[in-house]
Amino acid sequence: MSTPAPLIEMRGISKSFGAVVANEAVDLSVAQGEILGLLGENGAGKTTLMNVLFGAYAPDAGEILVQGRPVTINNSADALAAGIGMVHQHFHLAPRLSVLENLLIGIPGKSGRIDRAGGLARLAEIGRQHGLMLDPGLPVSALSIGEQQRLEIVKALFRGARLLILDEPTAVLAPTEVDGLFSALRSMAAQGLGIIFISHKLNEVRALTHRCVVLRHGRVTGRVDAPASTTSSEMARLMCGHEIVPPAKGPSSPGAAVLTLDAISTSRHSGMALADVSLFVRAGEILGIAGVSGNGQRALAEVISGVLAPDAGRMTIAGKAVSRFSPREVQALGLGRIPEDRMTTGLVTNLPLADSMVLPRIGTAAFSRNGLLRPDSIRAFAEAQIKAYDIRCPGPMTRAGALSGGNLQKALLARELAFDPKVLIVSQPTRGLDIGAARFIHEKFLDMRARGCGIVVIGEDLEELLMLCDRIAVMYEGRIVGTLDSADATIARLGLMMTGVEGHS
Amino acid sequence: MFRLEARTSTPAWFNLALPLLAIGATLVLCSGLIALAGAGVIEAYGVMFSASLGDSYAITETLVRATPMIFTGLAVAVAFRAKFWNIGAEGQLLAGAVASCAVGAIPMPGPLAMLLMALAGAAAGAAVALIPATLRVKFKVDDVVSSLLLNSVIFYALMALIEGPWKDSFSGYPISPPIEDSANFPVLLEGTRLHLGVVAAFLAAPVIWFLIVRTTLGFRIRVIGENPEAARYGGIHVERVLISTALLSGALAGLAGVGEVGGVHFQVMSDISPGYGYSGIVVAMLARLNPLGVMPAALFLAAVMTGAEAMSRATGVPAFLSEVIQGTALLAMLVALLFTAYRIRRVGAAR
Ligand SMILES: Nc1ncnc2c1ncn2[C@@H]1O[C@H](COP(=O)(O)OP(=O)(O)OP(=O)(O)O)[C@@H](O)[C@H]1O
Ligand SMILES: [Mg+2]
Repeated sequence: MSTPAPLIEMRGISKSFGAVVANEAVDLSVAQGEILGLLGENGAGKTTLMNVLFGAYAPDAGEILVQGRPVTINNSADALAAGIGMVHQHFHLAPRLSVLENLLIGIPGKSGRIDRAGGLARLAEIGRQHGLMLDPGLPVSALSIGEQQRLEIVKALFRGARLLILDEPTAVLAPTEVDGLFSALRSMAAQGLGIIFISHKLNEVRALTHRCVVLRHGRVTGRVDAPASTTSSEMARLMCGHEIVPPAKGPSSPGAAVLTLDAISTSRHSGMALADVSLFVRAGEILGIAGVSGNGQRALAEVISGVLAPDAGRMTIAGKAVSRFSPREVQALGLGRIPEDRMTTGLVTNLPLADSMVLPRIGTAAFSRNGLLRPDSIRAFAEAQIKAYDIRCPGPMTRAGALSGGNLQKALLARELAFDPKVLIVSQPTRGLDIGAARFIHEKFLDMRARGCGIVVIGEDLEELLMLCDRIAVMYEGRIVGTLDSADATIARLGLMMTGVEGHS
Repeated sequence: MFRLEARTSTPAWFNLALPLLAIGATLVLCSGLIALAGAGVIEAYGVMFSASLGDSYAITETLVRATPMIFTGLAVAVAFRAKFWNIGAEGQLLAGAVASCAVGAIPMPGPLAMLLMALAGAAAGAAVALIPATLRVKFKVDDVVSSLLLNSVIFYALMALIEGPWKDSFSGYPISPPIEDSANFPVLLEGTRLHLGVVAAFLAAPVIWFLIVRTTLGFRIRVIGENPEAARYGGIHVERVLISTALLSGALAGLAGVGEVGGVHFQVMSDISPGYGYSGIVVAMLARLNPLGVMPAALFLAAVMTGAEAMSRATGVPAFLSEVIQGTALLAMLVALLFTAYRIRRVGAAR
């Protein structure tokens, strides 16, 4: 016998959606105990390829082999039977059921009864083996995002997966949770599981994976055999076809304050409320808001966006006091907003892209007059932005939901920047974006800064904040625990403050 | 093996093909019932066709039938665009009928009477629609349930009126007194029932289309229906737009009642609407919520209704086949709509 057949092998996989070629003749294999990184720009076809492997799409051509035997995978049940498990970016859990119940869904027990005791035992065993502890009795709705992801992984293992696919698992995790995930993945690989790991964060890929496959426009354009000793810029070049250099940040010359919050407190909020938050941003500077998500960032963004009225405190935009806290008022004062969740609070996925691009300003003279729309202006505006920001789509009448994440983010950016905001509030600006797209967004922010816009960036990625911001405030449990000049800030220091330790600059 | 796969885009010709396909499927499916009732399928459909579209009189009858369903179809289409689930067009129609009949019974010059009848009917329908909309906005009450149940409340209130204080003392039947002769809508073609309201309905459809597609209110209606959160963050007052939508929807349904009073019955009775409010839902769905599509969809249902009566007389197939056809058409359209979002693919059979 020669070398053992790989755990999973995909041969010549092609998949098109109409005219869009998502995958073309892709070959890929994963051995037992191997962690394979799958890299590529937004829209390169990573998710599609994994959906083919997991049975969500039928490939147009190509075959899949499990330990050397060809298999046909028509649905997720087939995939699970073949030992393939997948953790999607959007979890598939039943929120009202408990952890244990979610685990046992669809598993036939003895004579039609659910085998709770057996489930509990397996759950504890998997938890011990890989450090994936979960309280079996808790309802899923009470779990954090990180715990829900853990449950998805345990679910796959519980169903006997020998290959685990993780599609951008770290995009939703706080930096500390990433460490936990990685040690679990390493422990699983050590036991002979194969793992496919998708991420846009190249330092994570270098730290975790044994080997990488790079997709570009649906084809395999590169393979990296020793990720740990390959530089991030080398990988970026394979992905994008050219070098990605971080944008140069000029010295700041801040002007007058364009946004001030003075002792703002909120009471009612679905997440963490704000307690006595004061901050300011000056024209021509970028203020970062660092913190583990869930510490009041959402409430802060909502107050500044005029969606949530605070119980106490004052806010000014461009020197004028905000009185009513409505999105229209803050927008009229010069606020632009780029939300964290593009699909839910930013865009209307089922309507044409052009509609989403004019949505916040539909009532202004630019897009309507006397209650009548100006379809030509709307269309011209959308077309101009599509061109200016190189938004890849068939045209302004395309359904917004058909665009890739990076292109959606560009569209949101375009719609806000077109009206020269005096203040910009941004949450997680590059989450899920490839490094080329992220670089583009960063450049735009620095551009706006140079033109005198004050920018607030709420984020968890400390490296990004350090690179982009002039000052960084840290939030913990609804308060600002301290503000550092970027020059004095280090990841270690910010990390400490994020756990609630007071910082002094 | 076959399976459904999500589509990214829907070809434009689907908008035309799907309703036709649904109608075709409906006629095929219902032919089984006709056969069961012991009649010839071709003959039965032939009678249906000639009685509804076969000559100019038949056509005018179908147009008259279509009129209230154009109004209720528009009412439902506007509401559903905003995801305001107005199942209450029936009650709003009845309210519009009562209000316009009350106004029409007051002696005054004809044109003024007709104008005031329309205003009163629209206002009454809007007032009724305001109830489920307010309950939803203020107390998060499910609008499907509240608007549906309100239909019964209004129907029995109407019954109480015409059995009691409003009973026509002259005839003694449970019907309201008639409106003034001068308030009767003018007939456009001698010897038919084609009245002014028919023209109004066919004018209303393009007006509503313009409103939805070309005005800021229409834009806001579409946006709050598709993504209320994005609308709210974008500075749209979602509740206010929802209330406006409800008022518009209710007014349109109320106008359906006005047309029936002013152009067809000239008074109010318990069976003034054979479920035109509910048919409006079928019409709106067949039209894919497009106000222009409401016209052909309403004509189809009207043809089925007039045709079914004649068929029943000629072949002995029970006339309620008309309702079966309506129901089947709605189901067929719902299935057909699936294909705008999904396509069927063959997946690898045995290798
Ligand atoms: N269901 C679909 N219908 C039509 N086109 C699709 C569909 N899913 C993906 N595509 C297209 O196929 C291409 C590959 O998309 P895919 O989601 O696989 O990219 P990706 O590499 O996962 O990108 P990202 O990093 O943004 O997640 C894109 O052009 C995308 O627009
Ligand atoms: Mg993807």
